[in-house]
Amino acid sequence: MKLRLLACAALAAQVFSVHAADAARGRQLYESRCGACHSIDDNRAGPAHRGVYGRKVGLAAGFDYSPAVKASKVVWNEKTLDRWLANPEQLIPGQKMGFSVPEVKDRADLVEFLKLHSSKRP
Amino acid sequence: MKNAGELAVSARRSFLGKATLTAAALALLSGRDALAASHAGALKEAGDIAILNVALGLEHEGINAYQLGAQSGLLQKPVLDVAVRFQTDHKEHRDALVATIRKLGGKPVEEKALGDYAKALKADTLKSQADVLELAARLELGATNAYLGVIPSFKDAQLAKVAARLAADEVMHWTVLNNALGKPLPAGSLSFGA
Repeated sequence: MKLRLLACAALAAQVFSVHAADAARGRQLYESRCGACHSIDDNRAGPAHRGVYGRKVGLAAGFDYSPAVKASKVVWNEKTLDRWLANPEQLIPGQKMGFSVPEVKDRADLVEFLKLHSSKRP
Repeated sequence: MKNAGELAVSARRSFLGKATLTAAALALLSGRDALAASHAGALKEAGDIAILNVALGLEHEGINAYQLGAQSGLLQKPVLDVAVRFQTDHKEHRDALVATIRKLGGKPVEEKALGDYAKALKADTLKSQADVLELAARLELGATNAYLGVIPSFKDAQLAKVAARLAADEVMHWTVLNNALGKPLPAGSLSFGA
């Protein structure tokens, strides 16, 4: 029984490691897919992302958000960011981002990268 | 990095591309007339206008990035000529997007001050011609991926085609810049938009 439990635990750990979000890969994805419009610290075509994880939508200082995002009460967490990246228009109809990330793993890695920048600028 | 002669050849080849682009931009605008008139104000176009405005924001940024490069004093001829030529392409993209957004009933996003772009792009860190080309190449690649990435979101297939054509121009720019920097081609196929 004990051996069986250990085997299950090992298997679970292996599965987790395969599917665990990878911030380093998320950084690469961020640069290649998001980097045209976004940066961590500066508003560009899209808003700056520092501190985005854990806060309400539409709060990057100085960015001109759509009325839809301004009115939204969504708070960015793993679930909402995943939904946003999968289909922004479905989460907040009337928003301006036409870009989406179809792959679950890619979204998870991007969210993991954004988590690294959830604190204020050092 | 490429020598001046090679870059001059690249610039001449790019000039030939410009004539095509200008014609393409005109075709885009004339081709949009009937469609824009018949659909103006339709809710389904609000999303397309928003995407076009994000694209316009990228073009504003590209124009200003090349302006910063041209004003930096770091670019030598003929690289400077190529940069100015690419900036002209982005101005034509901007004009085409502005006209299309207006014809669809939207309000084009406005250009920011040059200083705002300088801050966002960290222009104060540019210390050499290669730095400027690296920045330009990064922006061109980003724009390529952005344009390819929004294609599935357009409700209007003709606008999706426009995004693809804009992406093609950005790839042309990136390829020239990448080559000028002496960097290798992408390792495999289908590297753009991935």
